[in-house]
Amino acid sequence: MPFIPNAESDRMAMLEAIGKKSIEALFADVPARKRFPKLKLPPALSEQEVLREIGAMAAKNRGADKVSWFLGAGIYNHFIPALVPALASRGEFLTAYTPYQPEVSQGTLQAIFEYQSMAARLFGVSVVNASHYDGATALAEAALMAWKLDEGRNKILLPEDLHPEYKAVLKTYFSSFKVEIVEYSGAPENAALDSGCACLIAGYPCFSGELYGLKAAAQRAHEAGALFIVHADPLMCAILESPGAQGADIVVAEGQSLGNAMNFGGPGLGMMGATEKLMRRMPGRIVGEAKDHDGRRGFVLTLTAREQHIRREKAVSNICSNQGLVMLQSCIYMAALGAGGMKQVASLCYDKAHYAASLINSLKGFKVKNRSFFKEFLVSTPIPAQVIVDRLAKRKIMPGLALSRYDSKKEKELLICVTEMNSKTEIDRLVAALKEAVL
Amino acid sequence: MNLSPEPLVFELSRPGLVGCSLPVSDVPAAQLPKDLVRSSIDLPELDELTVVRHFTRLSQKNYSIDTHFYPLGSCTMKYNPKANEAAAAESGWKNIHPLAGHSEAQGAIELIYRLQENLAEIGGFSSVSLQPAAGAHGELAGVLMIRDCLKARGQGQRTKMLIPDSAHGTNPASCTMAGFTTQTIPSGKDGNIDLKALEAALDDSVAGIMITNPNTLGLFERNITKIAAMVHEAGGLVYGDGANMNALTGVFQPGKSGIDVMHFNLHKTFSTPHGGGGPGAGMVAAVKELAPFLPGPIARKRSGKYELAMPEKSIGRLKAFYGNFGVLVRAYCYVRMQGAEGLRRIAENSVLNANYLRARLEKTYKLKYTRPCMHEFVAMGDVAPGIRTLDIAKRLIDYGFHPPTIYFPLIVPEALMIEPTETESKKTLDDFVEAMLSIAAEAKTTPELLHNAPTTTPVGRLDEVAAARSPVLCFRG
Ligand SMILES: Cc1ncc(COP(=O)(O)O)c(C=O)c1O
Repeated sequence: MPFIPNAESDRMAMLEAIGKKSIEALFADVPARKRFPKLKLPPALSEQEVLREIGAMAAKNRGADKVSWFLGAGIYNHFIPALVPALASRGEFLTAYTPYQPEVSQGTLQAIFEYQSMAARLFGVSVVNASHYDGATALAEAALMAWKLDEGRNKILLPEDLHPEYKAVLKTYFSSFKVEIVEYSGAPENAALDSGCACLIAGYPCFSGELYGLKAAAQRAHEAGALFIVHADPLMCAILESPGAQGADIVVAEGQSLGNAMNFGGPGLGMMGATEKLMRRMPGRIVGEAKDHDGRRGFVLTLTAREQHIRREKAVSNICSNQGLVMLQSCIYMAALGAGGMKQVASLCYDKAHYAASLINSLKGFKVKNRSFFKEFLVSTPIPAQVIVDRLAKRKIMPGLALSRYDSKKEKELLICVTEMNSKTEIDRLVAALKEAVL
Repeated sequence: MNLSPEPLVFELSRPGLVGCSLPVSDVPAAQLPKDLVRSSIDLPELDELTVVRHFTRLSQKNYSIDTHFYPLGSCTMKYNPKANEAAAAESGWKNIHPLAGHSEAQGAIELIYRLQENLAEIGGFSSVSLQPAAGAHGELAGVLMIRDCLKARGQGQRTKMLIPDSAHGTNPASCTMAGFTTQTIPSGKDGNIDLKALEAALDDSVAGIMITNPNTLGLFERNITKIAAMVHEAGGLVYGDGANMNALTGVFQPGKSGIDVMHFNLHKTFSTPHGGGGPGAGMVAAVKELAPFLPGPIARKRSGKYELAMPEKSIGRLKAFYGNFGVLVRAYCYVRMQGAEGLRRIAENSVLNANYLRARLEKTYKLKYTRPCMHEFVAMGDVAPGIRTLDIAKRLIDYGFHPPTIYFPLIVPEALMIEPTETESKKTLDDFVEAMLSIAAEAKTTPELLHNAPTTTPVGRLDEVAAARSPVLCFRG
């Protein structure tokens, strides 16, 4: 086994230093009857064999490397510049732990600080933390944070038009508490706010792609004394007004789209930012600037009095390991694209999605339901959407998500996503295929 | 190490530059919603080489397993095989979408299924869910499962979780998130759970106990089967924190020894890289009675096809989709390269390495508990008057070693928690011992070397108190 560097002679010398005759003797504390069970596992494979086996399994998938891809719904097919994985996979980043010892972790710490800074500007907030597990857990933890500010306010207002899996996660996270989760439909400013509400949650855009301005909702939430939480598309924030500028108190997002592969939905990047006022209530690791005794600038994990290793049962969250490397990829992505590149990618998504939507809307029997959207839109279809998905699979097109996957009543609704990855030719092919699929 | 100060990306910015060429649009421009147009985003603007040099230089300011011995206790900083990375880089994994139909994702679901099966066998459990994204997430899953299982037994009034005083902070924090109150159980003189104290705590409000085994002192919980029996007898359930499973693969199956539900940190025992903070994977495993409550969906095989389904009485979803899949690929690759024998050798060699370090250091660095340890041990850093563990840790950096975990567990004063892992050679361990002994000598003769350490790093000790008092959390240029 190449991962164990000691020779038998080394082991003998070590046992002698310990004063034991055998390695087994070191396990004397383990109940004898339970010690060294025979595990029923397949025999070990060599590196060559294991890579062949895993390669063969991977090849069974039919993903965006083989099929024209128009499916989003929370995980998106975007271009990843070559430098992103090349830099993030350097062993010094990849094989470091959480930066508990700042003097030998300045690389990781400065990168987190840069990520926090760029993400804060994108969202229009003062503080961003070093990541959550994904967009759904970031949203759930944001809602927990809002509720814990005043547990007397035990209602959470949630858009009906939110990703069903995010709703499910939120429900799990609140399942031990007497908190009422109430869904509203339509624009967030029309939600039934009252003094019992801990927070109003809005999508920017919603699951269906529908896009609402946030100013009125922020104002109404604040009048009711509730926090305003926005789940945003981070790329969209490059061209449309940030949630923070419109009055959001907490902004959360799934950051996978910023330089990370789809990977069957994980690892993702839970992004969370907030106003300065909420800084000491936020969960998650946060990096701050510090000085050494010579006045040199450095970075440290800070405000740790919020966290589990200090506060234990009184901590604001149990999170410990986060999504560090995914955050780093997104940090490098934002730095490489910069202001101009981020705008360019967002504009490409916007223009291509609108081009696709206008063509699809003119097809007989199809209708785009959105008033306003970014890169994803909902289409009502003349026949069950899943039938269309199955038919187009044969032509190597994945046209989107049939909403019947989550709700059998939504049989004729197809959620279509268009990104910079989809060329005009590909979009035209999708439109032609949709037309033929329902003939 | 790269010692030169590295500017922030913002300070390197030049107006109009971009670090990646992007396609020009091949469709007509669409009108943006007028009331929402953003005027500027104020992100840095850099060319590609500047970005590459910047992050390369930053990487050179880290210690990592690939570059340094990293004996960070409880974190299992073992070598992360490069084959894991090659396996995860397959385009068939990177390009598969979580909402692609099951028929499009057979390979991905098969991998999840196989890893579930392997991990269930390693732990001696009936079922596994790979959804939790980290250890703490697995803990949350586990205590929620205990909550629901007790409710199903008609025992919903049981809301108190027992937690040994040596437990990691995530244990009590996870309990709070699941609506439990916690009661701390002290350790006895031998570093194991004090059975009398446990006995006294076992009333009918007890939901269960969270046990880390080996515990964070690196000691095997010798009374594990007895403790489990006592808690079961009292109507509670037993949670296993598997962060320290590296000592026990192929040695002990917790699921066959009274543990009802348990998480493993795949980013520790199963060699997936820690990435400077994550992503991890915190699979949760359960015995038969608790299996229906697992978070989901989980993979199963039906007439030759793989599919994902929610367990019958699932606590629900803990994150969107199915777990940190990219991490799962790496863990699967590792398990397949080990087999049963390899797994046992991991545990044996990690325990051998830890005991060797313990034996060589114990005369100089006092131990509170002296019996043979498992994969790690806890020593104390107060080797001379005026010297603290922090000083030892910082001086180790000057010798080219990442410090051990310090000031944890909380029950050992001036704790130095040392975990070498099985992937370090005797030679490396000997070099580390030499450094530790030499530092202990310096502590008596030239303590200022310790107080001023480290001096070989891009920055010296940073003023963390000032940083927290008036926090600067973003570049304000
Ligand atoms: C004993 C123990 N339990 C739980 C955890 C939490 O695991 P994670 O960081 O993966 O959430 C850790 C990790 O540091 C640990 O050492």
